[in-house]
Amino acid sequence: MKGWMGKSKALFLFTMLALFLAGCGKENLTALEPKGYGADKSMELILLTTIIMVGVFLVVMLIYVIALIRFRKKKGKEDFIPKQVEGNHKLETIWTVIPIILVLIISVPTVIATFDLADDTQASESISVEVTGNQYWWHFSYDGEEVVTSQDLYIPTGERVYLNMLSSDVIHSFWVPSISGKMDVNPENVNTMYLEAHEEGVYWGKCAELCGPSHSLMDFKVIAVSPEEYDQWVSDMQSVDPEAVPEDAVAQEGQELFEANSCVACHAIGSSPAATGPNLTNFGDRSTIAGILEPTKENLVDWIMDPESIKPGNKMTGAYPSISEEEADRIAEYLMQLKPSEITPESAGN
Amino acid sequence: MSTATTQKRGFGAVLWDYLTTVDHKKVGILYLIGGGFFFLLGGLEALIIRIQLITPENDFISAGLYNEMITMHGTTMIFLAATPLLFGLMNYVMPLQIGARDVAFPFLNSLGFWLFFSGGILLNLSWFTGAPDAGWTNYAPLSLQSPGHGVDFYVMGLQLSGAGTLMSGINFLVTIVTMRAPGMTYMRMPLFTWTTFVTSILTLFAFPALTVGLFLMMFDRMFGTAFFDVALGGNSVIWQHLFWIFGHPEVYILILPAFGIFSEIIPTFAKKRLFGYTAMVFATFMIAFLGFMVWAHHMFTVGLGPVANSIFAIATMAIAVPTGIKIFNWLLTLWGGSITINSAMLWTLAFIPSFTIGGMTGVMLGSAVADYQYHDTYFVVAHFHYVIVGGVVFAILAAMHYWWPKMFGRILHEGLGKLAFWTFFIGFHLTFFIQHFLGLMGMPRRYWVFLENQGLDTGNLISTIGAFFMTFGIIVFLINIVYTAMKGEKAPADPWDARTLEWSIASPPAHYNFKQMPLVRGLDPLWIEKSEGNGKITPAEPLDEIHMPNSSILPLIMTIGFFIASYGFIYQVDHKAWLIAVYGGMAIAIGSMLIRSLKDDHGHHITKEELEREAD
Repeated sequence: MKGWMGKSKALFLFTMLALFLAGCGKENLTALEPKGYGADKSMELILLTTIIMVGVFLVVMLIYVIALIRFRKKKGKEDFIPKQVEGNHKLETIWTVIPIILVLIISVPTVIATFDLADDTQASESISVEVTGNQYWWHFSYDGEEVVTSQDLYIPTGERVYLNMLSSDVIHSFWVPSISGKMDVNPENVNTMYLEAHEEGVYWGKCAELCGPSHSLMDFKVIAVSPEEYDQWVSDMQSVDPEAVPEDAVAQEGQELFEANSCVACHAIGSSPAATGPNLTNFGDRSTIAGILEPTKENLVDWIMDPESIKPGNKMTGAYPSISEEEADRIAEYLMQLKPSEITPESAGN
Repeated sequence: MSTATTQKRGFGAVLWDYLTTVDHKKVGILYLIGGGFFFLLGGLEALIIRIQLITPENDFISAGLYNEMITMHGTTMIFLAATPLLFGLMNYVMPLQIGARDVAFPFLNSLGFWLFFSGGILLNLSWFTGAPDAGWTNYAPLSLQSPGHGVDFYVMGLQLSGAGTLMSGINFLVTIVTMRAPGMTYMRMPLFTWTTFVTSILTLFAFPALTVGLFLMMFDRMFGTAFFDVALGGNSVIWQHLFWIFGHPEVYILILPAFGIFSEIIPTFAKKRLFGYTAMVFATFMIAFLGFMVWAHHMFTVGLGPVANSIFAIATMAIAVPTGIKIFNWLLTLWGGSITINSAMLWTLAFIPSFTIGGMTGVMLGSAVADYQYHDTYFVVAHFHYVIVGGVVFAILAAMHYWWPKMFGRILHEGLGKLAFWTFFIGFHLTFFIQHFLGLMGMPRRYWVFLENQGLDTGNLISTIGAFFMTFGIIVFLINIVYTAMKGEKAPADPWDARTLEWSIASPPAHYNFKQMPLVRGLDPLWIEKSEGNGKITPAEPLDEIHMPNSSILPLIMTIGFFIASYGFIYQVDHKAWLIAVYGGMAIAIGSMLIRSLKDDHGHHITKEELEREAD
């Protein structure tokens, strides 16, 4: 692998440059600008196979174009009957053997990378997170830390974070294109993968397996911060007091409404493992509301008033008594003030 | 001529003729009409999908309806359009190519068509009450949770049409094994017949996996079992295995006949025998064999582990070898030829680069770790449309132009043919090429909306514009059909100076095909007679009476029985009274079977005198 990388580094860089010039999508979303270990591995194979295949394509097209130019039916020679050739053993052997060699060239790094990305020998000494896929949100519980969150997954840069993933309903697929390829989140078995981000940033994550009407709205974020900031964030999250009463009166009312209207039956604040609805411990720090909306209070009020119009088929619709806009506004005020940490998507460069 | 007599008959008589026909040519035409109808329906669904994705966060259709649309588009195109269109061509052409008067089981042939058609109609009736919405792959547990009866319609509709397809597969196999004309040895069979043969083997082994999967799904949804229900100890990954053990060979069920079609058209219009015939046959078998070994490459991200992923990755990439052999053999057939470029040939020539791109991305997808990025994104969408549109649809359209004169006695209009080709071809590449990049730029497939400000707007807009070009191309093709039916140029028996047996008889052929069994003296029998003999196929037997099967309405009645029973199965969940439909429908079907079994039907004979009277 190393040798191959070295030799074709120039080609690699050249192709990368070409891709940049061609425009390769939104930074921190596109798989074409890898910023993590898994995405690097995929990108190497994407480039290797693309180069070989474009080569094959050019050979095919060369023969094709020459044949079409040279052997069109000629004017005045309409009755010409070409020689009826049966075949040619030498040629046929060549175009059987060369593809076999090309396939072997691709196979070796493919197999190495496949085992590399499935490597779980470091799992015991690494950070690991239990990931639960739900229609249509993500639950993250940090092993041994008593930290629970949802939608925004915080990881330290430069080290492996193992994800043990299980679905609570249908199959989902966890995909953060810029950091790593995807892995399905099945209801019957825990799938393990690891993320390793090279640089700080807020990376887009998407669900990649059809999971219902709001499949396309099941976005999440991976927030990569420096290891020191990560430790800070963990301790901030651990020190949250779920019972804490907010200081201003509106938010206090909001908290009472939150508890009275059975919001709290599904949404935990603090490290409770309950996962009926998204954990809201650091809701005020979130990069989005419901995974897709700008994190503004107006959007949150809209969401509380009518989630169905934003995420069709979600489980929150109808799970609570109807509330007035005024009440929703107070709940929103309370939730937007849940900001336990200085480490936020903004500080990570959103 | 027989065409003159058909023209004099009334509409009712023609309709009755087609409802009861067991003639492989008429069944073939029925398949083309049925498949064509569903193709237009699937195309309309595709257009709605593309309109929804023309701008970010569009609300042209709702999320639920969008999922129904993608599910029905995929299911319709694979099961109800591509497969039956190819089966129609096989039905029509293959018996003519081997010098047979019909298929081995004409009654079964008719039954196969009606089952496919009723399955398609059943599935599409779901539009009135809520269509299936779990994707054409119908993964559990989403499909188990899907409310309403949409998925039930999917299960029963595919079960019906799948039974029809399986029957046709068996029928083609027996026909090719037992009914070849004297001298038509296996290694003299045209490539289209060979690919029909191999496709039928694939059908025979692949469809049962789907049948089993659909039965388990039916029991889970209707009778309270839990094969795929994790909460009760089931396993949803099993569905994926069953589906793809069928689903991957299905890809080859579609592409191998397409290869066969191109292997007929290229030698005809290059005026040169197929280069490397033996290697082509061998490559067909290799593709079919390997095609059964690679299903889990659809499941690289399921978590099967690195060992399984590695094995399936290498097996997948290995398919590139026989496919490459085919591409190079076609190129070398062109090389040194005298190439005529008309509409049939345009579709064929466009296939080579388009399909090569599809094959290339296939190898790229086969590399498991690269697939972790491609999987379930628009990259995959682009890939399989390059294979299925650039391969199969191009083949079907090429075949239409090529065999239309044989089937209907008229030549499709060249100008309209070329206009349809160029608009569709440009539209196709506009629509799908950019999707490779959309996928890598972070757009998963089956997304009802893509969000603003994610760099996906331009690509999606271009893609939608392409879809309109493709629609225009298909409309021109339809106009061509109507124009040709009214004013088209009459076709002689051999309009293309072709090479195989079907061109040695009248266009369209008499219903008994061959007055006398042809004697086949080698590969490309008609070409041999034209270049070495007097241009006429030598008969292998003296003129004598011909034994032909009788028409029957029973296949249709039997199918109606199954159709009613299927409807009953779907709705008995709501109310037990629907069991009447189940029992009633089954009674009709089994009653028809009894009649078929107990009533002797020896067919009819065309006398020597009649044959002499029809002599040209």
